[in-house]
Amino acid sequence: MSLLSIHDLCFRYGEKSVLKNFSLEVEEGEFVSLLGPSGCGKTTALMLIAGFEYPESGSIVVGGENLNDVPAYRRNMGMVFQNYALFPHMSILDNVAYGLRQRKISKPAAYKAAEEVLSLVQLQGMAHRFPGQISGGQQQRVALARAIVIKPRLLLLDESLSALDRKLRVEMEVELRKIQREVGITTIFVTHDQEEALTMSDRVALMRDGSIEQYDQPSVIYEQPKNLFVAGFLGKANFLKGDIEAAQDGHYSMRLEDGNRVQFGVPRPLEVGSSYTIGVRPEKMEISATPTENATMPGTVSLVTYAGGVTQYEIQALGKEWMVQSQNATVHGAIFDAGQQVWFGWKPDNSLIL
Amino acid sequence: MQSVETHAGFSRTIGRALRSSPLLPLLPGILAIVFLFLWPLGQMIYFSFTDPTVGLENYRRFFQTPAEIRSLGTTMWVSFLATLLCAVIGYIYAYSMANSSKAVSRLLMGAVVLPMGVNLLVRTFSLQAILRDTGLINELLKSIGLIQSPLPLIRNTFAVSVGIISMELPFMVLPIYNTMVQINRKLLLAGEGLGATPARVFLDIYLPLSLPGVFAGSLIVFVSSLAYYVVPQLLGSGSEMFLSQDVSNWIQLQAEFGYGATVGVILLILTLGTLLIASLFMNIDKTLSETTGAK
Ligand SMILES: Nc1ncnc2c1ncn2[C@@H]1O[C@H](COP(=O)(O)OP(=O)(O)O)[C@@H](O)[C@H]1O
Ligand SMILES: [Mg+2]
Repeated sequence: MSLLSIHDLCFRYGEKSVLKNFSLEVEEGEFVSLLGPSGCGKTTALMLIAGFEYPESGSIVVGGENLNDVPAYRRNMGMVFQNYALFPHMSILDNVAYGLRQRKISKPAAYKAAEEVLSLVQLQGMAHRFPGQISGGQQQRVALARAIVIKPRLLLLDESLSALDRKLRVEMEVELRKIQREVGITTIFVTHDQEEALTMSDRVALMRDGSIEQYDQPSVIYEQPKNLFVAGFLGKANFLKGDIEAAQDGHYSMRLEDGNRVQFGVPRPLEVGSSYTIGVRPEKMEISATPTENATMPGTVSLVTYAGGVTQYEIQALGKEWMVQSQNATVHGAIFDAGQQVWFGWKPDNSLIL
Repeated sequence: MQSVETHAGFSRTIGRALRSSPLLPLLPGILAIVFLFLWPLGQMIYFSFTDPTVGLENYRRFFQTPAEIRSLGTTMWVSFLATLLCAVIGYIYAYSMANSSKAVSRLLMGAVVLPMGVNLLVRTFSLQAILRDTGLINELLKSIGLIQSPLPLIRNTFAVSVGIISMELPFMVLPIYNTMVQINRKLLLAGEGLGATPARVFLDIYLPLSLPGVFAGSLIVFVSSLAYYVVPQLLGSGSEMFLSQDVSNWIQLQAEFGYGATVGVILLILTLGTLLIASLFMNIDKTLSETTGAK
């Protein structure tokens, strides 16, 4: 059985419905990201799990215990707030020891445990400073220490790395995962940063408008998005929308909404006469000076962005602008110029049927 | 376009004038301070050392007169008591204001601020009407048979405290309220999430973070109370006098200007001393500007 199992949670702020049939299962020791655009209800979901708000309907069960009527102070959740919420009038040590003191642990024992966790997050020397006297990155680590020192059933992180600058953030991502594995703590990590979600998580739950659109491993949610929203939110994609007019040897002809026709292959059969949305990620496309098996469409390069490892092209074809990315796999590989005529396309397997 | 340039040119001219004599813009303020404040103050201090004889005679007389020492004690003790009660009442009031809906909070704010618009004398008289032996409270209690003879509600320390509290409550409530609304709600949630019961969250987090407001309010109320005149005059007993009553007595009734001025100087020293002691424990400037919203 899952450690956390949330079933059909509904919640509203006044008139505004914020969570709609939100369901989520998290296994013991798992690191799960809640990813979604700003305002989709990620923070609210954490608030309900922590017990700072109560659901209108649905249930939150942790380790077999239904938490619906359990107040926050008896839930034993470790929450790291978006802006850390460190107690400004307490030293770092007192901040970290606070949760232990609430558990009737003696002062010396609480301080000892707090010191240990502080050294785990590499803040040994900071114990007697105050939150106002340390940097944002250090505050973030104190908040983390304060949350994990109580050995919570779940660690809840709300955009905890977003306020940090890029370099520090990447460092903290690695460190956070390391600590999470060391302590073996089940974690729900809220973020609006897709890269962060993909790189850190065992599973990603992509939220939209108060419910979860898709919940899968990072590679699955990226390579097999269930719908247009998921495909569009995670990474980039070219979308083709229209009716399938004809089929021939596993290749289909689609009439786009603007009347243009495009031919492509797909991994599974489509129904002629029905309307579909097909997505193709830029890095799954091929570009070539001459037509090849997969590069079958002619087009004109309109923009070239060279980024070292890869080159991104914008290609005008069939009344559309296409994003194509090619790997700079050899030292003298061809780079096309803006204005140049090229051929492009993709393998049937790379079509996402949405 | 042109008017903008002209305007800018004008500002530049003024700016140059101001830069060339940095004291010029301060002049009105300096004049006001000198004539309204320093001049009379200087005179008072001067009189206290010179009238009727030059020297420390007035001060020696003050500290050797038991009635004066009692008066000094009364002023400090009653102000302290009133401030303490005011802080307790003000804290509860500000707490309900800071933790209720917008509408209720506005209503409470109005209720505490509006009476400030009514003349102090009028308010003191109405308190007198409520507290006196044949006043509202005693008549009410008598009519329902709870008491036979009137309760001593007036002409005592209790009445003076009630008077001070009713006048000073806004100055206690506002800084406390201001501090309370600045407390980040996430801190309280964080405390609760770490296992603290609501009572512990209040004691460990809310209370300490709202204390600067209590200090600021108490300082304002205590210092103002020290100089109270009308309230102790109308509500207090004749035997327990505030220093300001004493000053008035010597100057107006006894026409002893020098000695009256001396009592005034002692009252001033008491006030400054309080501020000095307070400043040892807190950064007054910072606390007052943070808690009253003044910058
Ligand atoms: N305390 C609140 N009162 C009213 N509405 C709120 C409150 N907190 C959040 N909301 C609304 O609920 C929605 C979801 O908010 P939130 O969970 O913070 O989103 P996210 O964390 O995904 O950005 C938003 O539309 C927000 O405006
Ligand atoms: Mg949020």
